[in-house]
Amino acid sequence: MNTINKTVVALVTALAASTSMASAAKLTFYCSAQEDWCQSMARGFEEATGIDVNMTRKSSGETFAQIKAEGANPKGDVWWGGTGDPHLQAAEEGLTEPYVSPMRGELNDWAISQAQSAGDKTIGIYSGALGYGYNEDLLKAAGLPEPKCWKDLTKPEYKGHVQMANPNSSGTAYTTLATMVQLFGEEGGFDYMKALHKNINQYTKSGSAPIKAAGRGENTIGIVFMHDAVKQAVSGFPIKVVAPCEGTGYEIGSMSIIKGARHMDEAKQFYDWALTHDAQSRALDVKAYQVPSNKAAKTSPSAPDLSSIKLIDYDFSKYGSSAERKRLLKKWDDEVSTLPQ
Amino acid sequence: MLLWLIVGWVGFCLVPWYGVEDGFFSFVWLFEGYPFDSDYAPALFLLFQGEKTWLLPLVLFLLGPLQAMAKPRSDPAHARLLIIYGALGFGWLIAQGFAIGISGWQFGWLESLFGPLGDRQFGMGYGAMLVASAFLFVFTQGIAARGAVNGDIFVVGAIGFIIAIVTVFVFYPILSMLSSAFITQDNAYSISVFFEKFTDKRLWGLACLSGGRCGAAWNSLVLAILVGALTTILGLIFALVVTRTGFRFKRGLRAMTVLPIITPPFVIGLAIILLFGLSGSVTQFVADVFGIAPTRWIYGMPGVLIAQILAFTPIAFLVLIGVVEGVSPSMEEAAQTLRASKWDTFRTVSLPLMRPGIANAFLLGFIESMADFGNPLVLGGNFDVLSTEIFFAIVGAQYDQGRAAILALVLLAFTLAAFYAQRFWLGKKSYTTMTGKGDSGVHPHLPKRLAIPVFAIAGVWTIFTATIYVMIFYGSVVELWGVNNALTFKHYLTAFSLKMGENGLLWTGSAWDSFWTTLQIAAISAPLTAAVGLVTAYLLTRQKFAGKNAFEFGTMLSFAIPGTVIGVSYILAFNVPPIEITGTGIILVVSFIFRNMPVGVRAGIASMSQLDKSLDESSLTLGANSWQTFLHVILPLLKPAILAALVYSFVRAMTAISAVIFLVSAEYNMATSYIIGRVENNDYGLAIAYSTTLIMVMLAAVGLLQILVGRTNVGRRLDQSRTNVTAHTKPIG
Repeated sequence: MNTINKTVVALVTALAASTSMASAAKLTFYCSAQEDWCQSMARGFEEATGIDVNMTRKSSGETFAQIKAEGANPKGDVWWGGTGDPHLQAAEEGLTEPYVSPMRGELNDWAISQAQSAGDKTIGIYSGALGYGYNEDLLKAAGLPEPKCWKDLTKPEYKGHVQMANPNSSGTAYTTLATMVQLFGEEGGFDYMKALHKNINQYTKSGSAPIKAAGRGENTIGIVFMHDAVKQAVSGFPIKVVAPCEGTGYEIGSMSIIKGARHMDEAKQFYDWALTHDAQSRALDVKAYQVPSNKAAKTSPSAPDLSSIKLIDYDFSKYGSSAERKRLLKKWDDEVSTLPQ
Repeated sequence: MLLWLIVGWVGFCLVPWYGVEDGFFSFVWLFEGYPFDSDYAPALFLLFQGEKTWLLPLVLFLLGPLQAMAKPRSDPAHARLLIIYGALGFGWLIAQGFAIGISGWQFGWLESLFGPLGDRQFGMGYGAMLVASAFLFVFTQGIAARGAVNGDIFVVGAIGFIIAIVTVFVFYPILSMLSSAFITQDNAYSISVFFEKFTDKRLWGLACLSGGRCGAAWNSLVLAILVGALTTILGLIFALVVTRTGFRFKRGLRAMTVLPIITPPFVIGLAIILLFGLSGSVTQFVADVFGIAPTRWIYGMPGVLIAQILAFTPIAFLVLIGVVEGVSPSMEEAAQTLRASKWDTFRTVSLPLMRPGIANAFLLGFIESMADFGNPLVLGGNFDVLSTEIFFAIVGAQYDQGRAAILALVLLAFTLAAFYAQRFWLGKKSYTTMTGKGDSGVHPHLPKRLAIPVFAIAGVWTIFTATIYVMIFYGSVVELWGVNNALTFKHYLTAFSLKMGENGLLWTGSAWDSFWTTLQIAAISAPLTAAVGLVTAYLLTRQKFAGKNAFEFGTMLSFAIPGTVIGVSYILAFNVPPIEITGTGIILVVSFIFRNMPVGVRAGIASMSQLDKSLDESSLTLGANSWQTFLHVILPLLKPAILAALVYSFVRAMTAISAVIFLVSAEYNMATSYIIGRVENNDYGLAIAYSTTLIMVMLAAVGLLQILVGRTNVGRRLDQSRTNVTAHTKPIG
């Protein structure tokens, strides 16, 4: 009798203890990078702090849609990864919380300037330059010269060989459009898009689809972020990565704390941890070839070297705003997408 | 009656009123201050502690029915009191749920009327659910007592229940989502916004007639009509081969036709690319042998069409097989006795009797094609369809919920049109072929001139399907599909490895988590889906009540709307009180039930319209009530429909993606969303290995279901089952 009583008491206390512990240190983590990178970040943070991490991986567009839908009753705490535009949009719509991390001193300038442009509601964790990649076998089979510049892609011999995503559906393609506008001026940029339109065989829905199609031999040239192209090459596909000679734009993968997070302290703890060089060096283990924002983080020799690429001075606050985005997309819809190919 | 009151009181006095954050069934709440802690307290204890005083009127509404029970059933006051208290209780429960949310009053005018509220409430829990169902059934019993539907308590209760759940889980989320079609950037209502977005040329453009690109609406419509027609024809062909020929490998053929629905999304698309794409094996072969330069012809309408036909023919088959089997052999024999040739018999007797099946199969194919998302995404090229446009209106570079809502409305309008076209085509004719009288004879074989093309088409299509699946399996055992063809099992090992650890078996594979969740959710939702679907079908075919047509369309609604819209509307509707279920397994189960229920409804209607009403009537005359009639007469005759509904809902719960992608959470991740993550990450091998495993699991499950459903009729009732009516009751007939 006594022992039974004891066991019950022990059981109940254990249960109570375990549940109260679980509710004390928990973090709901929305992740928009590739699956294994997300896993690595979640497990790494658990090891470093003992806080339980609940991770959900969705693309940045999906996560943005979810955070917006959950606005009245947020479920997530921190949103890590994915291209910067949806993070900036979330900041603009007041869905995320401003936070100034003590880790800022260790970061590259581009990460800080992006944070400042968003009122400290988001911060850069990695960046990647825009470029393109081509399938060497197909290019050779078609007897085409190797393209080196953006302008090369508009030459008539590449007709039907170029693929990019639809800027209406993909952040990557919108970055391409905004890059051309900044590189060649608004008129020049749209003239370029019109000339390119003649050579495009398909506007894909998803941003990295063109280079995946090129990897499988379904397409010759894909306009994508260079780290996506590098990934294909490293995976064993016959892909060559090109940094266009005129210079190019780039994205900043970002991180934000969700406004009204249920575990605010843990979210800030994660935020600080994710900016350390240790956490950012984890990218290498999962073959992510973006450039980390922490200056001391390790980078891969296969990763595109941002210092050797001509980068334009991409204006994130202007081209990340909803109004400018809407205007450019409408113009692209009306003037470019309707042209005969 | 008393039962439901007891349920209501239990819900009010014993069960936690609000949702429990760590899950009700963990029963942790029992140890954490229950019944006094306000997070876990039942409503009664909350009231005793002076909290949540707005729940007080519920006591009155729960006591009221006792007053009614004191009066005899024949007294009109009995019915009136039940109706009043049921309606008031239910209404009050809903009103307070919407009026008071997580930040106090939800509407400005309430705050100005009553002043600020110092309290708030979270989502309702099981206590509230029990009380709500008690009120609902008190209300329906009142209606029945007044004489509706011949005073049939079961039927009125069932109608009330289905209407209530369809309203909560279909109409409410979808209407709240669709209303955003009229909302401008700054949250004001406006008709002009609607028209501006509605008349978009990306939606209605006809440039493809002159060499440009057509709008998504036209693309979807043409594609859906083609897919509906072709899948129906193919489904009919397979059904005829299985039932009306001496074909020997029927089982093999059946399995083969089931394969595509148990295939996770993207896999068929990938296999088609590997065969017919620019570098596909068939394309390369044709290029080498005939010297035809490879093109990208597969990207666009042709590819999507092929993939959708592959994927949806089995659904048409499942609907049609029951109907084709159900056509009365004696009618066909009568025609032949009257000197009609086999061909004339088929054309003028068998085929017209199959019309309900054909119409329903077409409708399903049409709707499936409209709502399909995976295939157009992979193979669409520049061929835009509504479903992908909706998805990218929500997750694309520009979050535009209004545009998504308008596209969804267009899609819905097409579906509605198809639905009414189908009704019109069926007309008011009777397709009853199964009566209480014995029906002797066997189905005649197909006439020769039909048999030959039917065999040819079925054969070609079977070989094609087989090739696709061989490719898929091959893809799961090579290093890197299309590049490095060395054989390996490493993808299976990564996903499903097991290790013996100190504490027994360790599930070290990366896919186990999502695999078990998926299996569990599918296993829970399948029987519920089938049950809700068949009861609905029974009500629609067998009962007459006001608003039946609207009711029927309502049950089709969630199926017609693409999963993406459902997913987002579910988050919008169920992330805030009164019903707060996002991030739980419940939301997945609920979304599956209401998305897949229409197939159960369709299959049930198709089969039930063949059952003569005299069967029910004789059962009712012999003193059975309608529940007993449903259970013992209708249900055993519906074996094919039950099987179709069970199989379909189980399989769809395991392979659905577009709705699920918004509803999965860290704890409840589904296999498909895991697979998509792998595909995005170039891990084709792992994605396909996982898909292949899922296919195997589902094949086993389908086989098991077939045995289970088949066996329920073994025993005494076997004599009444249809197959035996046909075979053994000759002397009576």
